Amino acid sequence: MTDPGEHARPHPPKQIHLAAHFPGVNNTTVWSDPESGSQIDFASFLHLARTAERGKFDFFFLAEGLRLRERAGRVHDLDVVGRPESLTVLSALAGVTSRLGLAATVNATFNEPYELARRLASLDHLSGGRAAWNVVTSSDAFTGENFRRGGYLDRADRYLRAAEFVGLARALWDGWPPGGPPTKVTHTGPQFRVSARPALPRSPQGHPVVIQAGDSDEGREFGASTADVIFSRHSTLETARAFYKDVKARLAAHGRSPDELKIMPGVTYVLGDTEAEARERAAAIRRQQVSPQTAVAFVERVWGRDLSGLDVEGPLPDADPVPDSDLIQGWAHAGDRFGVAEQWRAIAEEKKLSVRELVIELTGRQSFIGTPASVAAELDAYVQGDAVDGFILVPHLTPGGLDDFVDRVVPLLQERGTFRADYAGTTLRDHLGLPAVPREPAS
Amino acid sequence: MTLRLSTALDEPGGAADAWGTPRPADHWLALVRRAERAGLDFVTLGDSFAPPSPGGGRLDAVAVLASVAPNTERIGLVPTVTTTHTEPFHTASSIATLDFVSRGRAGWLVDVSTGLDEALAFGRRDPAPPGELWSEAADAAEVAARLWDSWEDDAEIRDVATGRFIDREKLHYIDFEGRAFSVRGPSIVPRPPQGRPPVVVALDERAPGERWELAARHADIVLLTAASPPAVQLARSALDGRVAAAGRDPGAVRLLVAVAIDLAGGGSGGESGDGGGPLRFSGTPESLAVLLADWYAATQADGFHLLPTAPEADLAAVADALVPLLRRRGLLRAGYRGRTLRDHLGLTRPASRYATEVPQ
Repeated sequence: MTDPGEHARPHPPKQIHLAAHFPGVNNTTVWSDPESGSQIDFASFLHLARTAERGKFDFFFLAEGLRLRERAGRVHDLDVVGRPESLTVLSALAGVTSRLGLAATVNATFNEPYELARRLASLDHLSGGRAAWNVVTSSDAFTGENFRRGGYLDRADRYLRAAEFVGLARALWDGWPPGGPPTKVTHTGPQFRVSARPALPRSPQGHPVVIQAGDSDEGREFGASTADVIFSRHSTLETARAFYKDVKARLAAHGRSPDELKIMPGVTYVLGDTEAEARERAAAIRRQQVSPQTAVAFVERVWGRDLSGLDVEGPLPDADPVPDSDLIQGWAHAGDRFGVAEQWRAIAEEKKLSVRELVIELTGRQSFIGTPASVAAELDAYVQGDAVDGFILVPHLTPGGLDDFVDRVVPLLQERGTFRADYAGTTLRDHLGLPAVPREPAS
Repeated sequence: MTLRLSTALDEPGGAADAWGTPRPADHWLALVRRAERAGLDFVTLGDSFAPPSPGGGRLDAVAVLASVAPNTERIGLVPTVTTTHTEPFHTASSIATLDFVSRGRAGWLVDVSTGLDEALAFGRRDPAPPGELWSEAADAAEVAARLWDSWEDDAEIRDVATGRFIDREKLHYIDFEGRAFSVRGPSIVPRPPQGRPPVVVALDERAPGERWELAARHADIVLLTAASPPAVQLARSALDGRVAAAGRDPGAVRLLVAVAIDLAGGGSGGESGDGGGPLRFSGTPESLAVLLADWYAATQADGFHLLPTAPEADLAAVADALVPLLRRRGLLRAGYRGRTLRDHLGLTRPASRYATEVPQ
């Protein structure tokens, strides 16, 4: 019984997926604003999670820290410092939300599969199928100093460990079929040697949603092989399109369809009643994000030198970067310092920028700036133009940073028919439109 | 001083004969609310990495109590976290976080994993003798205490003029070096609301010396399995001696006697303390109230830790009958006076060991 009008209808638009990132421990988060609240009180997490659920978001996302960042052997003090442990906060949020997905970043280097698989399965059971795990790895001995396992995973082995970890977690999640009994999961590999019966039956989602953020070729391949969501960094239209095309094309080789992996970049936004007002607000926020001290810290991260005396209203330092500097610890790998410094000098020269202006220019620009209508249209264009499947929104204020988005942009996306008016399902897999996970027979 | 009353939420093992699904979040919330209605100081929830037995499996205890936290107001929440296979840094972080999400109601019941099955589930080490594992547990408790102190209370300053969010002079490396692990610090989580969430250790007379030593050095609460009032007295003086020898005040350690209760089983009123397990009581709330009053009068225990046979029914009887009876005898406070678990236990909030200046 086909509706006769069916064939005449245009192709239904792609649906947008949205996630809320709790403001992190970097200079995107503005702590100096009078509206900035606690980064640690549960009330802040509750406010943001409830805002996201009111906006019918797919999930709420928490990053992780295992060692406070340092400069010259002392704790970095310019950004927000300190955060709670993700899975415990999300378990608490499970008790006071009903549909919102709950995503925890948990390190695969400094955890063990049996324990973490069980913690994630516990969250999935307690939340009725809303758990997600953002798999990250560390290779630095610096973080290792806080752990029994100690230090060091070779950088080249990061994805090997992550892949072995996820595979073993999936076997444990499958190991107790409905009605039991739990079967013994036995695994021997380069990273893990485990023999155990899982502590819990298969959880509501079968497997919690797996998120991955790597951008290298290996990272993309790992994502294509096993992730459900990629937290990407590409937020300009051209680079996002290229990334999207590349990653989606890798899926077939793993027997997966393009719909089985959602690509969601982390993005920032600023709204105004007019375009001009939004631009002004955006510039003001960038100045808040890059204090003079923060500008120096950014240059030090590239140069690897103590630049305490640097005048941020003046030019970049004359001296060259120090290649293997350990001045700065706990940030992502600095990459080719000389290349980056060269690039920075060229931009500063061309645009006649002071150090602070340069850092603002290079690091602070928000992804989407405009009126609610123009931001909604632009977000939608990214999705319909196959640059992304959705967005992980990173607000700059805790805890009210998503209020205006949910109040003013979400209704416009709903009017466009590209974002849900209400949750249709109960699990995070339902929200993301991911297929059920078939249970692998024990091998 | 009135007696302290607390309860376990665990169902005694061997209750189920089929493989099912875990108790849902609603079940745990209803149980804890019942205990909170009774005005109990805290609930405990056990945990281990031992293989599952028939039933619905074992949820992570920290996760269960965290899910309950925002929907309860006053009652303390004390999960078991074992120390043998878990990173001490993670344990300190998750208990501190439980303290934040409960606004100061977390505790930590310390336990170890002695089994081969648990060791094989991790594949990182061989099973070790209990004494060695309890000694390591004491190291984990020391690490947690130092990490909880590693941020002074006023470390967050948000000083716009200097661009500084924290005063890093008030964050401290803990530089712990133990036999099994070392931890550098500082904590990732700022200092929790209670300063240091109370540490709970279960003891009996046969427990290895290392376990007693852990209690002496770190416990705020001891859950004691003892068969008779004289046995309680012996344990109390042994504990007080060890606590004092560790340089702590014995008056700051709460000793609660474990009592397995069955108030709904139709028992005619009986107790037994033989066989090495906890004191067992089966009967009416009236006779349990008499028993607890007698033990409380005859010993220097600070109160009791109830181990229900059927948690739902037993906790309903505790709230509806036992607690009113004890209040009528003047043995139990009328309701919660404070907000944190430390408040309920009459324990002061400790200053950070790293704080150098007394605030003016």
